[in-house]
Formats: sequence, structure tokens, C-alpha cells
Amino acid sequence: MSGIEIEGLNVWFGEYEERVDAVKSANLSVPKGGSFGLVGESGSGKSTILRAIMGLAPTWSGKIDILGRAVEKPRSRDFYRAVQMVFQDPYASLHPRHSVDQVLSETLSLHGFSDIDKRISQLLDDVGLGPSFRFRYPHQLSGGQRQRVAIARALAPEPKILLLDEPTSALDVSVQAEILNLLTDLRAEHKLTYLMVSHDLAVVGHICQDIAVMQLGEIVETLSVEDMRAMKTTHHYTKHLLESSLQSAAG
Amino acid sequence: MSKLLEVENLWVKFPTRNGVFDAVRGVSFSLGQERLGIVGESGSGKSMTGRAILRLIRPPGMVEADKLALEGEDLMGRSEKEMRKVRGQQISMIMQDPKFSLNPVMRVGKQIMEAYRLHYKVSKKEAKKKAMAMLEAVAIRDPERVYRMFPHEVSGGMGQRIMIAMMLIPDPKIMIADEPTSALDVSVQMQVLEIMDKLVKDRGMGLIFISHDLNLVSSFCDRVLIMYAGRVVETLPADKLHEAQHPYTRGLLNSLPRLDAPCERLEVLKRDPAWAIEESVSG
Repeated sequence: MSGIEIEGLNVWFGEYEERVDAVKSANLSVPKGGSFGLVGESGSGKSTILRAIMGLAPTWSGKIDILGRAVEKPRSRDFYRAVQMVFQDPYASLHPRHSVDQVLSETLSLHGFSDIDKRISQLLDDVGLGPSFRFRYPHQLSGGQRQRVAIARALAPEPKILLLDEPTSALDVSVQAEILNLLTDLRAEHKLTYLMVSHDLAVVGHICQDIAVMQLGEIVETLSVEDMRAMKTTHHYTKHLLESSLQSAAG
Repeated sequence: MSKLLEVENLWVKFPTRNGVFDAVRGVSFSLGQERLGIVGESGSGKSMTGRAILRLIRPPGMVEADKLALEGEDLMGRSEKEMRKVRGQQISMIMQDPKFSLNPVMRVGKQIMEAYRLHYKVSKKEAKKKAMAMLEAVAIRDPERVYRMFPHEVSGGMGQRIMIAMMLIPDPKIMIADEPTSALDVSVQMQVLEIMDKLVKDRGMGLIFISHDLNLVSSFCDRVLIMYAGRVVETLPADKLHEAQHPYTRGLLNSLPRLDAPCERLEVLKRDPAWAIEESVSG
């Protein structure tokens, strides 16, 4: 069974002469338990695909199937139990006046869990934060710790699929390594499916098995990580991206 | 090589409720006509070093240094009024995000012109001509149109190029670039860097390039200072960055995922408390 199946997805904003086509007939499929990366420069529509899946983009057409079922409009609670998203900037995605405990218990009670207390300790443990972090506010946490809280919140309803929108681009490289390791561990532990957006090919190459390259709202190429490493690309834009990221890595 | 800037034993201190916090602790370096990179994590004091050189630390923050000299002339003893002549004209600074550093209610052209007219007594007409030439120099294709635009109408990459134009127009001797490209796309990043590099080279300026991106710094600069907890832990020629000795630098390099060398788990930096206490290395 496939985790995420997208066919002929169009997303646009505005109407008539102000209409902007952010995503044009995108196709992609992520097997259950797989991890898929979307790369491209900003404005290429990679985050918009994630937002369309989550129901955060109001106008779209095409087919989005999650775990073999078409998504409903508006999304049901069951949908949000299966699919969760981690946003780019942990400084912006956490409520500044809610403690970690409040953030997690709100999510848990919304999804109808009863043993909230036990689950919060478990979640904090899962993302490598001790119980001492439970009653802290976001301003008392570092960037990496905040992103861990955001990941814990996404894991709270026990989702099958995690959508990751540039989860490490606001973080230092040393912290990025910790978060990437955490994501690798969590995927193995909870058998999660990842759909990850990043502009950093090295990050996507580390986490994902398959990669789609986007340019100006279109998916120009889909290839496996092995092919990408071996520079087996057919599209010139992918080649350009690869060369520039290899160049900067070589120094 | 003549020394443009000399910094000796620079400290930046902030009094807090729990005693004095030292953001920068005894940093020493000198800058010639070269590109000097300063790298470190957030909170390592790299931006504070840049600001302290321009004496932009506001009270209650304190700056102390044995020596802070621009072409042999002391900067520490200068009054605020004298410092204003240094800022922009002799040392200029490019900030991280053009969205916050351009005046949102003033046309782009007027801002660039203002930067020039503040330091040189010229007519408006002449200043406009100079501003146009500068916009062209930063590879803006249609300067006439951009000149009349407001900052919200330009893209991030263009905004940063406008900032560079604005900072270079008074012809400073030193430019401090504080994460000039971290708000930009990878593809635009290279373009902005190339423009900056060319202009700095042509004018024989000194450049202090502050960044958290090790690879970017190693490909772009001549020399690199690595900062940790307010100290310089290591200084290296940029092309030898991958032969770094200090465990902190090594840790940072190893924690990067690499396209050409896949691995199961990334190495996580293990911090040694001794790094924060060690003496600062001068560079």
C-alpha cells in the first residue's frame, strides 16, 4: 500500500489575471514507510505541495490519496491523526505563552487520548528531552530543543506520515546533525513515512530514498538517491543543483 | 601587506541579573586587504565581534579592547559623533536580512542616494548618477525601474544587492558582512557572493565575512577564524579548513551530511567544557 499518492496536483492562488500557479500537475508517490524528498529553490512550490496535503492551501485540484484513501474536504480528525507536519521555524511554530506541557496535552486531548500524563513523558523521552523540560516555555529553550518539542507535538497523535518542511534550516549545523539523527531513529522506531522539503541536497540525500526536483511549480525529475550520488541525472536543472552543492561541499 | 584593522583583546560584556555575561572574550586579529571569515554557531559571539568593531554595542553592553585601530588610528577613544564619520564611509556593514535593514517607506534609489550624500557634498543629480552606476555594478538589469521601487517590491536577492550597493557607494575601506546570504536561496546566494567578491577585490577593500556556513566560508574567504563561546579557538587559511586540528572545528565539519559520503548516522558534536576556558588564539 502506498503512503502518499499524488496525481495531477494543481495549486493556485488568486483569481483571473492575478492567478499564480504555484504547483502544476505534480505527480509523486511515496510507499508506506518510505521517505521522499522535495528539493528546489524557494518559490518552486515544494512547500505548497505539503500545505495542499495538509489542507492549508485552499484552492487545488487533482488527486491526493493518503494511505490508499482520497482526502476529504475539509480534512477529518482521523486524517490529522494519520498525518502531521513539522514546520520550518521552531521560533514561530510554538505558542510563546504555552509551556511544553500545555502544547503536548492540548494536542493529546484534542485527539481523545486519556492517559495524557504518561504519554507526555513518553513523547519527551522519544525526542531526547528529559522530564525537566516539561514545564518550560519556548523562550527557555534553544532552537534545537524547540524543534524537538515541535517534533514531539507532531508525534503526539501517533501519526503514520510526517510532513517535514525544512526542519533544520533554521538550526546550526551541529544541532542539525542531532535533529537529523533523531528523525532517522524515529522513523525506524515508529515505522513512519516521511515527505521532506529542503533546499539542501545533502540533507535530503541523508534522510530520503527518493527525490523529486522542482522548478517553477513543476516536478522536473524524480530520481533515487543512489542515482543522484552517481550524478545520473537527465535534467539540466538537477545537474546544476547537484554541481553547485558538490562544489560548495568540496570547498 | 598593510594592516587595515587591528583588534587586540576585544571583550564585549553585558551585565545581567546573574552577573556579567561575556559575549566576546579576548578576541585578537588583524585584517589586511583580504577576505576574513568568522564562523561559529549561534551565540558564539561572531556577530557581536562585528558590531563591536563599529562600536554599535549599546549600553548597558560594554566594549573593552587593548587596541582597536583602523589604519593605525584608534577607534576606542572616539566620540559618538566622530564614530558616525567612520560608519559607512570607512567601515560599512551588511546585515542578514534586507527586509529589516531597508527603510520600507522610502524608494530604493533615494536610500542609496542618501547614503552617498551623507558622506560626500555633491548635487542630487550627481548622486543619482552615482547611484545608478552602483545599481548596475551589483548586476541589477533595469536600474531605472529599480531606482523607483519600494523595498517590498523587490525580491530578497535583489534587496541584498541593493544593500551591497548602498554600503559600497561611500567607498569604505572595510566591509563587514554579517550573514549576508543566509536569508537567500542557494542559487541566488552564489550570485550575491560573486558580486560582493568582485567589488571587494576591485576596490582593494578588506572584508570580514561572518557566517555559520563552514563550506561557504571555506570557498569564499582567504582566512578563517573559528569562534566558540566568545573565543577564537582556531585560525586557518580557508583552503586548509578541512585539515583543521581543533576538536570543535573537526566536530562541526563531521556533523555535516555529505552527498558523496553517505552514512547511517551523523556524528554529533560533543562539547568539551575546556574549549570555553582556553585562551583565545590570535589571528
